[in-house]
Amino acid sequence: MKITMAHGSGGKSSAQLMGEIFGKHFSNGVLDKMEDAAVLEVGGRIACSTDSFVVTPLVFKGGDIGKLCVCGTVNDLLMMGAVPKYLTCGFILEEGLDIELLDRIVESMAKQAKEAGVIIVAGDTKVVEGNGGLYINTTGIGEIPEGRDVSSGNCRPGDVIICSGNLGDHHACILSHRMEIDNNITSDCAALGDIVDALFKGGISVRTMRDVTRGGLGTVINEIAESSAVKIELQEESIPVNPEVKGFADILGLDPLYMGNEGKMIAVVPSGEADKALEIMKNTEHGADAAVIGCVEEGQGAYIKTHLGATRRFDVLYGEGLPRIC
Amino acid sequence: MDIRDVIDYLKSYDGRELKLMEVCGTHTAAIFKNGIRDLISPKIKLISGPGCPVCVTPTAYIDRCVEYACTPGCELLTFGDMMKVPGSRGSLSENKAEAEEGGGRITIMYSPFEAIEKARANPDTTYVVAAVGFETTAPTYALMIQQAKALGIENIKLVTALKTAVPALEWICRNQEDIDGFICPGHVSVITGVHVYDELASEYGKPFVISGFEAEHILAAIYRIVKQIEAGMGRVENMYTNAVRENGNRKALDAIETAFCAGPAMWRGLGVIPESGLYLAGDYAGYDGGSRDLVEDMELPEGCRCGDVITGKINPDQCPMFAGGTCTPMKPFGPCMVSSEGSCGIWYRNKH
Repeated sequence: MKITMAHGSGGKSSAQLMGEIFGKHFSNGVLDKMEDAAVLEVGGRIACSTDSFVVTPLVFKGGDIGKLCVCGTVNDLLMMGAVPKYLTCGFILEEGLDIELLDRIVESMAKQAKEAGVIIVAGDTKVVEGNGGLYINTTGIGEIPEGRDVSSGNCRPGDVIICSGNLGDHHACILSHRMEIDNNITSDCAALGDIVDALFKGGISVRTMRDVTRGGLGTVINEIAESSAVKIELQEESIPVNPEVKGFADILGLDPLYMGNEGKMIAVVPSGEADKALEIMKNTEHGADAAVIGCVEEGQGAYIKTHLGATRRFDVLYGEGLPRIC
Repeated sequence: MDIRDVIDYLKSYDGRELKLMEVCGTHTAAIFKNGIRDLISPKIKLISGPGCPVCVTPTAYIDRCVEYACTPGCELLTFGDMMKVPGSRGSLSENKAEAEEGGGRITIMYSPFEAIEKARANPDTTYVVAAVGFETTAPTYALMIQQAKALGIENIKLVTALKTAVPALEWICRNQEDIDGFICPGHVSVITGVHVYDELASEYGKPFVISGFEAEHILAAIYRIVKQIEAGMGRVENMYTNAVRENGNRKALDAIETAFCAGPAMWRGLGVIPESGLYLAGDYAGYDGGSRDLVEDMELPEGCRCGDVITGKINPDQCPMFAGGTCTPMKPFGPCMVSSEGSCGIWYRNKH
């Protein structure tokens, strides 16, 4: 069965799709009321974030667009120190989309939402002409517990930067699919609640957290250096990259420093707590390959010290990381 | 010899000022990425040469590609690097929507062989492949077009801007006498072998050292060039022995020779260099989409000094468009700013 324009008509086909796919997988007390808007219980400060997901292929090694659209928004909330609570989702379906595939993706979304501790409280579906594509927007709301103050502008000279694991896996995985290259590279797509929870439970005074998504570590570090008005220096040799991804990136002329991830973060912590924070991260499921990658200094800009001892400045990603031609 | 000794030697070099040219854009990128300039004496100047195929591609070539892309029934296949290179009617990126409105199409390819699959699946569409590159990429195009012919496929055309490195090196030797030695391109040498540089080394008496792309490779190559100069020598040395064989890759060279013949080609900034272009020939000539007449038609935007950058006469930050912030990777005017291997783009990204 394929999606047709009728599924977006608001009539019987729409209702059927709602019931048989979205209702079935997302069922919860708020959504099931089917009111015009969800009414939510929240207290104190809330964090809110939205993101749209347009990845192709829809299903890849290590995840699919459903898992991705939950993890992406949940991670954005987590990075502010928030506890993710609610998600809304907007689906744009292209005519010709396989309904069975949609069902699998929605199921994967529901599973990931459950794992991440969020419920899906509102949603919308539209159908457009096209070739069986699928786009999802999610908006998330989280509560920020009393006493947490996490922001890109909080870094201070002397702080230490910890990266939660290998860089470039998602980017390399998606490119491998598109280029039909068979390898073992798997997307790192994951919600990072385990790491964030463990850091706060361990009493770490986290200054800044950022998930390292599009634009890669290079872009994130530059943004933090600017927001906090500090200089950041990374140690090239400490930046974790899986050797297979490194080889893949070398051949295509891509730099893992600018490759996208969907389950990696950095945390900036005071130097006195760095060892403890690293230990805590390494003991989580998604932080097993964590490493201290650099430190914050007085000054401005983002620098990297190479393995031979040279220092160079690096900038944000410009344009798109495209495979080179020679 | 340990790499630390090489660095110590190069750092403390205090002889006459030397100008070394790295010919390959991948070397330029590696030199920045590894902060090589930081590790050697300021008396050893590294100058970027014309070694990025995108950067030396003339405007007329882009215009031809845009023309095909906007032709009903045509689909232009290109590698991503070419999308933003400005033509006189704008870049391929800027013409994408117009191409589709007009019944054409622009698609980013990952392999030229995609053209074969597409051409078989849609016999009514003409697939025009933008073939840009040096000896490293030419064999792939050669094999693709041989396969197309063997399968009897007629709806593929190649618009070529394929070039060979040695004629350009010779042009530089002749026109820029102040270059003291050359770091020869590693990938190109994998195909051509070591001996293609012999004549240049003996005629001009300068060192030509083939290098790989790791920091250690490049430092070792610089070290060998400096040592040769100090000893008054000028010969070819292969410091990339794990990849470059004496006689190159015979299979790849055969593929090139079967499908292409040499002819004059336009190099942005250098001008037309005889025998430096590769054009479909013999049985394959019919697949050419009008590549030869793109030689003389070229326009540099006013103020753009791409030519001087490519030939190493100025550093990118000495170009007024670079220094004034007019030409950036977000809005590139010259191709040197577009390509990931172009000197200006590399300088800009590394905030030199």
